[in-house]
Amino acid sequence: MAKKKDTFINMVVSLFVITIVAGLSLGFVNELTVGPIKQGKIERKINALRLVVPEFDNNPVEEVKMIKSDLAKDSVEIYVATKTGENVGTAVIGSSEKGFSGLVKLMIGFKPDGSIQNIEVLEQKETPGLGTKMKDDKFIEQFRGKNPSTFNLKPKKDQGEVDALTGATISTRAFSEATQMAYDIFVKESSTSQSKTE
Amino acid sequence: MAESINQKENFLKGIIKENPIFVMLLGMCPTLGVTSSAFNGLGMGIATMFVLLMSNIVVSLVKSQIPSKVRIPAFIIIIASFVTIVEMVLEAFVPFLYEQLGIFIPLIVVNCLILGRAEAFASKNNVWSSILDALGMGLGFTIALTILGSVREILGSGSIFDFKFVAENANTFILFILPPGAFIALAYLTVFFNKISTKKA
Repeated sequence: MAKKKDTFINMVVSLFVITIVAGLSLGFVNELTVGPIKQGKIERKINALRLVVPEFDNNPVEEVKMIKSDLAKDSVEIYVATKTGENVGTAVIGSSEKGFSGLVKLMIGFKPDGSIQNIEVLEQKETPGLGTKMKDDKFIEQFRGKNPSTFNLKPKKDQGEVDALTGATISTRAFSEATQMAYDIFVKESSTSQSKTE
Repeated sequence: MAESINQKENFLKGIIKENPIFVMLLGMCPTLGVTSSAFNGLGMGIATMFVLLMSNIVVSLVKSQIPSKVRIPAFIIIIASFVTIVEMVLEAFVPFLYEQLGIFIPLIVVNCLILGRAEAFASKNNVWSSILDALGMGLGFTIALTILGSVREILGSGSIFDFKFVAENANTFILFILPPGAFIALAYLTVFFNKISTKKA
């Protein structure tokens, strides 16, 4: 087969055909994957929720509340977990931009009395081996069962009560700040929802 | 002309004689960026190999239909489409790997290894030779990334493929999972690899 000549028409036609074929095949693959991608995102959220709040039997992901707050740039997601209609816990997405390499995003589960049930790290770009240890049980354990109204959520270096990760004070600070933000929103939200029901 | 190529040689050259990483030093961005663990290196290698294989096949099939003045944009569209397909498929079915590789998946588009093979090989050879070329180059790339990832993971986190063999609190060379460690490990591996391969030749 002879090589096509570099005429204007040939160039336009060949690029046109290639882009059409590329567009069609991308659309086709997108059709195939859009469902699983969405499903996977929901599943990961539910799995994280199971880790941070007690057992629930509703679907918190569908009943998510988006709260606009001055404390955060974007609206904050709040998931309320209930069992047989009773509130068993609330999960709040807390975030801080002050991590060593930017955003730290956590899901913090609060019991109805405001104490922390568990924390799950959703997103972080901290230094491997130092800041990434925030995912370890050993670090998160110190937050469990603590109520931020009595537990000062700041690293010890900043006159708080949080044991910092070795060599990762900045990551610890971001982690604590994200937790504090989630708590503030949790308190604000539970007080407004209570006044509504009363 | 195509018949004159020794197919075995053609396949093997990507692994040893023209290894894209240790010999040609192509595609350094993902090489240095994602190899903080053996698994990441392997995943990136396979994703790149798939794109390389598909783009080599398509380019060698349509080569006579593309006027040479617009061949580079045409190749890039073909490559970018396959990269986007890989990205969507990974996100849908291997979300764990998708999150680990992050920004480096879309960056496969500008991996000069892939465009380099399309331009230097697939646009001049038939489909069968191009497939072997892609498999050899892709395998060489994957092996090199996995070795680099393993070395960095062993030294940096004391584990291999997430299997830990040092105590929980043991001190490891964290330097090796940080960006500077990538340069150091790559340099030593390149020296080592070239020592061995030149001795053979």
